[in-house]
Amino acid sequence: MEDTLLIAGREFTSRFFLGTGKFGNKAAMKEAIITSGSQLVTVALRRIDLDDTDENILSFIPESTTIMVNTSGARNADEAVRIARIAKEAGYGDWIKIEVINDSRYLLPDNQETIKATKVLSGEGFVVLPYMNPDLYVAKALVDAGAAAVMPLGSLIGSNQGLRMRALIEVLIEEIIEVPIVVDAGIGRPSQAAEAMEIGAAAVLANTAVADAEDPPLMAAAFARGVEAGRMAYLAKMGKERTMARASSPLTGFLYDE
Amino acid sequence: MMSKGLSGIDLAHLAIDDIRRIFSYDDRDLLEEMARAARELTRRQFGRAISLYAPLYIANYCENECVYCGFHASSKIIPRSKLTMDQIDRECAALAATGIRSCLILTGESRFHSPPQYIRDACIIASRYFPYVAVEVYPLEEHEYRELYLAGVDGVTIYQETYDRARYDELHLAGPKKVYDYRVEAPDRVARSGMRQISMGVLLGLTDWRQDIMALFEHVRHLEREYPGVEFGLAFPRLRRVADDEHHYIEVSDKEMFKIMCAARLFFPRAGISISTRELPAFRDRIIEFGVTKMSAGSSTRVGGYVERSEYDDGQFQVHDPRSFDEVKAMLMAKGFDPVVTEWRNIVNS
Repeated sequence: MEDTLLIAGREFTSRFFLGTGKFGNKAAMKEAIITSGSQLVTVALRRIDLDDTDENILSFIPESTTIMVNTSGARNADEAVRIARIAKEAGYGDWIKIEVINDSRYLLPDNQETIKATKVLSGEGFVVLPYMNPDLYVAKALVDAGAAAVMPLGSLIGSNQGLRMRALIEVLIEEIIEVPIVVDAGIGRPSQAAEAMEIGAAAVLANTAVADAEDPPLMAAAFARGVEAGRMAYLAKMGKERTMARASSPLTGFLYDE
Repeated sequence: MMSKGLSGIDLAHLAIDDIRRIFSYDDRDLLEEMARAARELTRRQFGRAISLYAPLYIANYCENECVYCGFHASSKIIPRSKLTMDQIDRECAALAATGIRSCLILTGESRFHSPPQYIRDACIIASRYFPYVAVEVYPLEEHEYRELYLAGVDGVTIYQETYDRARYDELHLAGPKKVYDYRVEAPDRVARSGMRQISMGVLLGLTDWRQDIMALFEHVRHLEREYPGVEFGLAFPRLRRVADDEHHYIEVSDKEMFKIMCAARLFFPRAGISISTRELPAFRDRIIEFGVTKMSAGSSTRVGGYVERSEYDDGQFQVHDPRSFDEVKAMLMAKGFDPVVTEWRNIVNS
């Protein structure tokens, strides 16, 4: 049986999503998409220049890839909604990653505004994948608002710190069963991507760690394999990590007249 | 990885007092350590993208007497002019034709010749050609900034020049700019107006740069806490040819300039940092990877300078990097950077 990820009726065989910012050149970005086998990439509307085909980032994305425009630059729900509508009118499809950030030092998402934007856009028929700060109540509200997946941050954007939010993301994975949980932001190494998948994330989205590598296509492939390995481990139901050796003679044996 | 190096200063978590210490050492190892840390942080935060923009001077009438500026009121050398709306349209078309998509509109300080309404109308025209429009004009009232924002302007550049009040008073002989407080409070008014970006800086060479940069950093850090949604940008224009001058300018060396850039990146990990065409190409190209996120390219500092390219050096300051937009782009690509032309799309501000 093939292990496919289903989001809003679309099937993905790769669980590695790639961001398209920060690359040194667009050819390297294209290669990274190809070598990783990623089937979903995010592109900031602010970076799309339709007047110039040489510069147009979209012409570097393989045809079969699902493009999810992100609302980078939006400071509140209203601006995110406007960016999404512009993207749709311009013909970039209706998959939207909502990114509402009103904090320019840490780039933390504003959960409340993200919920508002999710509600409006899913009501308009968009496939909405909100980027959020992991919080169970917010995740539930996003599902109620019509999110097609919920994307908690692993750690601060661009920090390469990995799964600093692990305990809270585990809660989301356990409790949010209606939609996939995709770990987005802060994943700096393939092993961290594997870790996110091992705990049951449905997919991982990375950007900085790939774009910043000396060889982005090779790093993208490494991430894709990290994600695959983690997924396989999750499906194989690995044994729990134990902090001490199991006592060979049971401590409770005396209760059983043995 | 960033670590506590030889100096014992934790470059990954700089406090303002550490900056003071950094500025007081002249230590080659420390500078090397800062360079490594600044380069790593810049890559992590911004990747290999450098945004390109160009200034567009629409008027150069000025009532100020700033002793260091080519546009000062009593200068008889500079021909004064102000573009009509038709001329602004043609300037924008000429600049956009070079490939530029981000434009900075500039005027001198004259509420008579270039009133806020005139600036606003110019910005409305510019926003038809450029997805991103910012202004570098005299300080305005909050409601005037708000009108610019609603007209499609997303950023404001305003440099305090120097935070040394006595020196400020000495160098600004006359004109509305003489009022230090009205200028220093301008970024607050900009932030409250809804504007997305504010670029700030000091003019290096006017006084002891250590004091000025410390004051600038403290000012920006304060504003960051007060207005977290605003993106702050920094620039460090420096006066050139300062020898034998009656105004007692202090030369800022390349090494000092480099240290300032690295300190700015480390203290403000997410701030945009731009490097001016006042700098020589050799130096400009070298320091890009240590914190720069923005460069002007193919710049003219003359009013009407894009329709009528001129050999005359009668702009506000001398452009030391004469390379065209395409040449700068090619240089960036050769160095492994992605020249980003489109960085913003106006989304109808409200």
